[in-house]
Amino acid sequence: MTSQGPTVAIFATCFNDTMWPEAPRATVTLLERLGCTVVFPREQTCCGQMFTNTGYADEAVPLVRKFVDVFERYEHVVAPSGSCVGSVRDQHAMLARRSGDGGLVTAVEELTPRVLELSEFVVDVLGRTDVGAYFPHRVTYHPTCHSLRMLHVGDRPLRLLREVRGIDLVDLPNATECCGFGGTFAVKNADTSIAMGSDKARHVRETGAEVLVAGDNSCLSHIGGILGRQRSGVRTLHLAQILASTEEDPA
Amino acid sequence: MSTSPADHGAPPTGDVGAGPTAYPDEPAPLQRTSATFLGMPSFQTAAKAALADTQQRRNLAHATATIRGKRAAVVAEVEAWEELRVAGAAAKDEVLHHLPHYLEQLEENLTARGATVHWARDAEEANRIVVGLVQERDADEVVKVKSMATQEIELNEALEAAGIHAWETDLAELIVQLGHDRPSHILVPAIHRNRAEIREIFLREMGEVGRPAPEDLSDEPARLAEAARLHLREKFLRAKVAVSGANFAVADTGTLVVVESEGNGRMCLTLPETLISVVGVEKVLPTFADLGTMLQLLPRSSTGERMNPYTSMWTGVHAGDGPQDVHVVLVDNGRSHVLADPVGRDALRCIRCSACLNVCPVYERAGGHAYGSVYPGPIGAVLNPQLRGTGSDVDKSLPYASSLCGACFEACPVRIDIPALLVHLRTQVVDEASGRSVEALGMKAAAWTFADHRRLEAAQRAATVGGRLLGDRTIRTVPGLGAWAQARDVPTPPKETFRQWWRRTHGDGAGTDGTGTDGTGTDGRTA
Amino acid sequence: MSTAREEILGRLRAATADVSTPVGHRGEVPVIQEEGESEQATVELFVENVADYRAEVVRCGPDEVAAAVADALRRRGSRSVVVPSGLDASWVAGLAEDGVELRPDSALTADQLDEVAAVVTACRVGIATTGTIVLDHADDQGRRALSLVPDHHVCVVGVDQVVHDVPQSLGRLDATRPMTWISGPSATSDIELDRVEGVHGPRNLDVIVVG
Repeated sequence: MTSQGPTVAIFATCFNDTMWPEAPRATVTLLERLGCTVVFPREQTCCGQMFTNTGYADEAVPLVRKFVDVFERYEHVVAPSGSCVGSVRDQHAMLARRSGDGGLVTAVEELTPRVLELSEFVVDVLGRTDVGAYFPHRVTYHPTCHSLRMLHVGDRPLRLLREVRGIDLVDLPNATECCGFGGTFAVKNADTSIAMGSDKARHVRETGAEVLVAGDNSCLSHIGGILGRQRSGVRTLHLAQILASTEEDPA
Repeated sequence: MSTSPADHGAPPTGDVGAGPTAYPDEPAPLQRTSATFLGMPSFQTAAKAALADTQQRRNLAHATATIRGKRAAVVAEVEAWEELRVAGAAAKDEVLHHLPHYLEQLEENLTARGATVHWARDAEEANRIVVGLVQERDADEVVKVKSMATQEIELNEALEAAGIHAWETDLAELIVQLGHDRPSHILVPAIHRNRAEIREIFLREMGEVGRPAPEDLSDEPARLAEAARLHLREKFLRAKVAVSGANFAVADTGTLVVVESEGNGRMCLTLPETLISVVGVEKVLPTFADLGTMLQLLPRSSTGERMNPYTSMWTGVHAGDGPQDVHVVLVDNGRSHVLADPVGRDALRCIRCSACLNVCPVYERAGGHAYGSVYPGPIGAVLNPQLRGTGSDVDKSLPYASSLCGACFEACPVRIDIPALLVHLRTQVVDEASGRSVEALGMKAAAWTFADHRRLEAAQRAATVGGRLLGDRTIRTVPGLGAWAQARDVPTPPKETFRQWWRRTHGDGAGTDGTGTDGTGTDGRTA
Repeated sequence: MSTAREEILGRLRAATADVSTPVGHRGEVPVIQEEGESEQATVELFVENVADYRAEVVRCGPDEVAAAVADALRRRGSRSVVVPSGLDASWVAGLAEDGVELRPDSALTADQLDEVAAVVTACRVGIATTGTIVLDHADDQGRRALSLVPDHHVCVVGVDQVVHDVPQSLGRLDATRPMTWISGPSATSDIELDRVEGVHGPRNLDVIVVG
């Protein structure tokens, strides 16, 4: 693999690593195809979001420290998850302050702006929208809340998808409304979460798409779980999987 | 008028019914949960019932979609909207950071202009003041402008207990009052009712308390509004006392502001001889010029209009025009407790526009009653647990009544970061539970696993091997995730985790730069 | 001096003990306002936005006000009108000949005002971006009840009174006066959040823009 591009540390995220390895794998494939050298610091575990958002800040603080220790040496850190990157960029500073460790506060401030969601990295750092992907299917895109409103990725994912050869990209009605996952919310408020997810699934079906794509597997597994229960004939794919897809190696 | 710093903690002398004395080093008292909301179930329990109310679901979905569209259109017209939001937040922060200063300035200006200022530590004291003022004027009824503060202190109930009728004059409040119902929205308390239900309530109830609804009343909104006009007019024309709240109280002039649509506010603020305004201490604005910001932010955020039909401003008593007997009751009722939290105090910026309710997917489906307070929706989820503490089932559950989607923060005209406050309050709930719950034990175990990648690898191996052997082994093994499986297919773990794939395809090291590996623990040592 | 007052102020001081910035730290209130392209454009925007609320707007020259007022009353069938004491008499000259009953405001009670069909007033300021007219209830507008109880309000606005945006309007207003900001006829969105014009305030609003 040629490596004229930057060296990138991939933050796989614990959820993807354990449950949805296709997304970080596709991220590696894509970034290597675009000329990057990808490294996987294996000491990485979790950004701590599940703890932070459930109220367990004390349990999250060591994970912030670990995240800094693992990634601070890298110029570029990329993760296939708007939600986890959102937690790193939006919550790690608060957690560091809570720890009372001034060194950690400084380290977090230095590191977290370099932690990017995949579409941010490809569009802003690599300056690419056409990544040479091929995916001849009807697709609709759900902008996940944290990528939309915490990271403000805007239309970057759509710009990347529009350049995919063969794609039939259709708008999702009420796209910006939350799917109802919300991590701990899906557990503690399961009924409301399902009500929201059912509406999201209905909108997905209205598009006639065969594939629902998003930048977060947590949201996708929530919506996909409902679509699956409905035998809807819609499958879910992470954005990285479509961008990595080629004629030789389709997603 | 001014108080020297040494006096702050002086205990009250000889006053009755006062709450605990606030010394500077003691936290200010919480708001006592009002009778209506005592013993409310948790949000998730109440929401579960509300989700099954199909008519309410449809009414709310229709109404919130309508108002979201209107708001988006008029906000898009304002190029400097973000700058306005910043200015709005700055105005409220200025007041909140120096609240005693601005309250004293407000009091001085109000008094100089002929108004009488009263102070109420809590709901009971505020009600006692208002009931006393009405009784001193020998009135047996009051007309009311819609007011969150008087709802919060349950003034109507206190007035009725004293034999005084309180007539709500806002159309939605009238619908709620006639329907013996509870408000479910800050701006549109009857948002959970549709036109057919409103027609039935008017036909059934109006005659009981005044002029009956026309017999041929249809469910057209225009006819329903006309019925309210006819029903209330006789009350406006004869009432001697009115009770209002205030959207803003301007410190540097003593001006009170009420923002409304129907003209019921103008009727109450203009025609009676006596006007009593119940105002939360956080409603103060520093200067008259700040209205230039707020009157751009509030209507567009609230009703989705460039400007609401009517805004009334009055500064004390105006000779020959309007009430000549003007009172202002400044209410604490837990606000000083909220103010003491440097993070949580941002919630006191709230100008009660209800934009956060209208954009909230949780509110849209669960409705307002599940929040167990007059303040529903995202702002209620952060305000109630701060005002009342997190001791009750409902207040403990409210910080979790959100998917943290962030739509509320985006819509908030005074930039209250509601998701961040919710997370802050969740931490408070967990801290107070002091780690003894099943959830806490699970979280500690998970944190232990994540503390070292070798432990994570071992846990992953157990999950993936188990998944292959058992076929349906799922992430239900993570504590608390059982509810996940109710209505969704739950994914089974993959045959190979990402890190196993990486090792197989890229080797053991972190990558070509050779960093990030200690060269140990690469296989099986913790299996 | 009430005990409650001291106690509340004491609590609030304690609650803000962490604040280190002085009062007024934020500096001048930032004034965020769009400028109109021209005075003409501002007036046109005002007319457009007032009309958008389903108020009737007409434009006329300074010597055409009386005709415009008479026309507005005729169109709505208003046969009696209350006249503020300081109103420009020429605006209502000739109404009596039309058979319209003129009621000067001599301490009319609310019940008496309820019997009157309409009111004619001047205003203090018009705001273009919001389509708002601001009354400060000076003698040419009358006390607040006059423009509230009758069901039809005819308001005369001079083009020189129209400013572009809300912050500019505040510069022309005196906070010590009572004020009513009016943006269209009374309305409600309380039923299914559909806007309906006409509740307790005047259900009919005619705005005459002069100049």
